[in-house]
Amino acid sequence: MKTLSEHILDIVQNSVRAGAKMIEIIVAESKKNDLCSLTINDNGCGMDEETLKQAINPFFTSRKTRKVGLGIPLLKQNAETAGGGFSLNSQLNIGTVLKAEFQLSHIDRPPMGDIWNTLYLLFLSNRNTNLTYRHKTDTGNFSINTSELKEALGNVSWQEKEIRNGIIELIKTNLEEIGATK
Amino acid sequence: MSKIKSLADLRKMKDDAQSKIKLRENSDHPGQLVQVKVGMATCGIASGAKETMKFFIEELEQEAIDAVVTQTGCMGFCYAEPTVEVILPNKEPIVFGNVGKEKVHQIIDAYIKRGELVDGMIPINFKTIDD
Repeated sequence: MKTLSEHILDIVQNSVRAGAKMIEIIVAESKKNDLCSLTINDNGCGMDEETLKQAINPFFTSRKTRKVGLGIPLLKQNAETAGGGFSLNSQLNIGTVLKAEFQLSHIDRPPMGDIWNTLYLLFLSNRNTNLTYRHKTDTGNFSINTSELKEALGNVSWQEKEIRNGIIELIKTNLEEIGATK
Repeated sequence: MSKIKSLADLRKMKDDAQSKIKLRENSDHPGQLVQVKVGMATCGIASGAKETMKFFIEELEQEAIDAVVTQTGCMGFCYAEPTVEVILPNKEPIVFGNVGKEKVHQIIDAYIKRGELVDGMIPINFKTIDD
């Protein structure tokens, strides 16, 4: 994965497959502490201890269509090469918390990427999941979630051009304002 | 128009554009629409499925085709990512492999619009995966 956005897109898929009704993505960055962390919480089916231990193994997957599961191992590897760390906690039938940390200024930290497009695609595909994105920087916070969008936009299809550009612009403008790193 | 900064701005934009946006009566019955499912697991994303999906949305819109574009998981054809499953109304699903920008064009032009098959189908008995 070349960008953090792609990792987010990928990991959120795990939560969706776990049947989560609530998914929270938190990106917290601080130039002061030279830290960037990515947290993904969900209330999906969770994992038992055995599965949790296996989740970081690239040759483990719960799928039957293939024999490898690279999403989590790739994120862990990227975090560790960028002077950070990785943790995964889960409780069966309660949910999962994944956290990856990066040294913000580290040359190997993947760039943020086009998070606005990523979020748009996630919102579009998971309209009935309560998906929240929060971004914290030294100067401010921004958050957006599916229920707010549903309330503001009513019944129209989010695939419509105006709506699509609107959602993307909303995310872009706000992230620029709080000085989110690229 | 001024920049959209808040949900209120977004709502206002929607109200302004409402006349342009046709409310889709069909959207509750996806069986009547063209469905496009882009494989977006690790393998798909790493080979650029995000761009493929975005391009599908833009392109279908330009051609004014009513379609629902969504993500799906890995269909097990990791060697041929990005893979896209296309379901035309009342037809069996078909999976196309290695769908880059050019292929998106071909699929929309030939298969979705005219019902002609294009190269790069994954020719096994395919069943929709349900995640």
